[in-house]
Amino acid sequence: MTGEQAANTLTIMSHDSFNLSADVVAEFEQSNNVKLQFLKAGDAGTALNRALLTKENPLADVFFGVDNTFLSRALDANAFEAYAPAGLDTIPAELKLDPQNRLIPIDYGFVNLNYDRASDLFQGMNPETLKLEELTDPKFKGKVVVLNPASSSPGLAFMLATVDYFGEDKWLDWWQQMRQNEVVVVDGWETGYYTNFSGSSGKGPQPIVVSYATSPAAEVAFSEGKLTEPPTGNILPPKGSFRQIEFAGILKGTPRLELAQKWMDYMLSKRVQDDIMPQMVVYPVLPSATIPDVYQKFAPIPEQPASLDPAIIAQNRDAWIQEWTRVVLR
Amino acid sequence: MKQRTFANRSALPSVIVPPLRWLFFALPLAFLAVLYFYPLLVILVYSFAEAGKARSGLATLVADRYYVDVLLFSVWQALLSTALTIAVGLPCAFVFARYDFRGKTLLRALATVPFVLPTVVVAAAFQALLGRNGVVNAVLAPLLGQSYLIDLQGTLAFILLAHVFYNLTVVLRIVGGFWANLDPRIEEAAVVLGASRWRVWREVTLPLLMPALGAAALLIFLFTFTAFGTVLILGGPRFATLEVEIYRQAINFFNLPVAAALSLLQVLATLVLTIGYTRFQERVALPLDLRPQATLLRPVVGWRRRLLVGAVVGVLGMLLLPLLALAYRSITLEGAWSLHFYHLLAENRRNNYFFVPPLTAVRNSLVFAAATTFLALVIGVPAAYLLTQRQRWIRTVFNPLFILPLGTSAVTLGFGYLITLDEPPLNLRTSPFLVPFAHTLIAFPFVVRAMLPVLRGINPRLREAAAVQGASPLRVLWLIDVPLVTRAVLVGAIFAFTVSMGEFGATLVLYLPDYPTMPLVIYQFLGQPGLENYGQALAVSTLLMLVTTIGFVAIERLRIGDIGEF
Repeated sequence: MTGEQAANTLTIMSHDSFNLSADVVAEFEQSNNVKLQFLKAGDAGTALNRALLTKENPLADVFFGVDNTFLSRALDANAFEAYAPAGLDTIPAELKLDPQNRLIPIDYGFVNLNYDRASDLFQGMNPETLKLEELTDPKFKGKVVVLNPASSSPGLAFMLATVDYFGEDKWLDWWQQMRQNEVVVVDGWETGYYTNFSGSSGKGPQPIVVSYATSPAAEVAFSEGKLTEPPTGNILPPKGSFRQIEFAGILKGTPRLELAQKWMDYMLSKRVQDDIMPQMVVYPVLPSATIPDVYQKFAPIPEQPASLDPAIIAQNRDAWIQEWTRVVLR
Repeated sequence: MKQRTFANRSALPSVIVPPLRWLFFALPLAFLAVLYFYPLLVILVYSFAEAGKARSGLATLVADRYYVDVLLFSVWQALLSTALTIAVGLPCAFVFARYDFRGKTLLRALATVPFVLPTVVVAAAFQALLGRNGVVNAVLAPLLGQSYLIDLQGTLAFILLAHVFYNLTVVLRIVGGFWANLDPRIEEAAVVLGASRWRVWREVTLPLLMPALGAAALLIFLFTFTAFGTVLILGGPRFATLEVEIYRQAINFFNLPVAAALSLLQVLATLVLTIGYTRFQERVALPLDLRPQATLLRPVVGWRRRLLVGAVVGVLGMLLLPLLALAYRSITLEGAWSLHFYHLLAENRRNNYFFVPPLTAVRNSLVFAAATTFLALVIGVPAAYLLTQRQRWIRTVFNPLFILPLGTSAVTLGFGYLITLDEPPLNLRTSPFLVPFAHTLIAFPFVVRAMLPVLRGINPRLREAAAVQGASPLRVLWLIDVPLVTRAVLVGAIFAFTVSMGEFGATLVLYLPDYPTMPLVIYQFLGQPGLENYGQALAVSTLLMLVTTIGFVAIERLRIGDIGEF
């Protein structure tokens, strides 16, 4: 049986992409004389909804993987216990979005466009600074793949970047033009990246895709030593990327509050934070955490990401998705 | 008294004393009550609990024309998919039923493999074959001076193609299996009496096949009516079935009232369909002279037969090409043959806590699939026998009930599990035991539908004849039912195995990292960029195909006592 009843088991519920090194997990288990039990509950949205649905009789002690686009849903449900882990004061203030510390930032990433460096579409230009409005040019007709914000969290993140980039009154015009320019919309990242994107190992038909700022570096890191340079690159005009921050929190009603707090401390410790980039391919929140060379070289932090107040996102999220759907799909 | 029991359409209950018989029939009913009706009712009540929620949820459906369109599209694409699959599947089923040729078992097993592959992988396979940069375009387009000829992604045609690809096996096995036991002498008699081939087909063969054809059509319709991955991934976001819309409402907007209202609509639509189907089925059921297949198989002789068999093998080959494209990519690296990705699978180079040795994933998949197959038979066989009872009301009530899980939203039901199966004695929501139970819920209707046409087709006079010659009821069961039903049960078992290997109903349960299965490992690899991840995802997909094929062939070769091949 699993850890719902066992006293010396701490259960951590997360989305499917959660990853850590085996010895990092073992170290916590040994020093606290506890068994860690992991429960993967689907993609980011599914996992959170499952946690919220069961808040009367929680499935786990700790939840990992609420991002800033879902932050308000998680906080409004009143499902998390306030706790300020050791080391929280060293985390940059801009990443701490819940003043009551019910949800603590653990890592962050940037969603932006990637391009295929082998494509001849970019001859005579610098795609790294390509402006979003240039993508409505007939030259890019049918060449751009985006993810449906109604079913994909990076899809939603990119949509939010365009809101900030063009402004609340203009962003839908751009999407309208992109639709005319035959932008390709797919349901999720796996399809977009592996089935559609020509720069991935899937060798799809389109040279531009919505992905992460770390993806080109990951192509090198996971290339089996075949690559020393990324086959893809980031398109990063000012405000053309969205910062996704991932949070963890203690689920209310846990009978193992003290252990859960220790785990939260551990998540912000250098031991775990050093492990985040190599295992999950996102940036650790701890400024002193180590970043492997390949990511330092090919996954620089975008200088000027889009910034949208979480309160404004919370207020408009669903309506914006509906508007987007009307303009781009219907 | 004996006479009366033998007039029963079903032999099995008559050999079991009444209290035991009801226990036997109570199995599927108790299963459905606990794992279907209870969680579904509770989640619907929960979603509508707050005052006005039910009204607002249902009102949304009525107010927005969009939802009517979604319902219509769900029905429309399912009808098209069903018709197409049957049109392609019938000739194949005929050849498999009537002819004996080399590689038949393997080919039939391969045709079932698409069923187990995750949609993301199938999408990649089709893209490799038919995409803009795919093999077909690479060969054909230059001939006509175009950059590409075919671009299926995001079209209804792609959804339909995938649905035929997935469901062909349902026709092949359920209709083909039934057909194989039909006595061809009825058709031969009609020919002798001067009927044309077309007339024999229309007036003799087709009516005889109707029960199996109806069962296959029903299964395909429901599978495609509730299609999720194929529509979302292959069709793209411009298409939505009710299931897709339920997912969006429940997950992305956490709008449970609307999700619940849509789920209710989906269940009602399924109910209407199955009630209609039940009536149809009552009309077409005929007692038949079913016979063991071995006595009916013909060798392939003459050019006409060769052509027919060749064509069918060709059609299946076309469908299997995407699978070969996948397997091919998994064993190449930079254009050369290589087992590199398979070696990688066994290494935990990054010291990942969630690393899964490939054999562990294979073992977990097989254990879950074996448990599901066993459970699906334990639930499905009594359910099928219950539906052959003489009392009409039993058939009218339970026939639709036993198919309802296939037409129910997995997302909604999965939420129901979380809030109902959370306390002893049903504290199952984080238990690995829930996995085979959830798979069984989707698998057992296949067992029922595979068995029913055969059970109903057994001529009661066969049983009477056996009894008159002095056979005991148990002996009658052994002599008459078992040989004819075994094949149908095996067909059901194969589907149960398939459903579990392909993780149908995975959205019902949480993923327990302690018990990873092959499809989950594939998804893990596809979650990150890089050749290493892509190559390993393809390698596990190929392993999944391989293990499944071996599993099918093994089940097909099962023998019970002296009952040989049927």
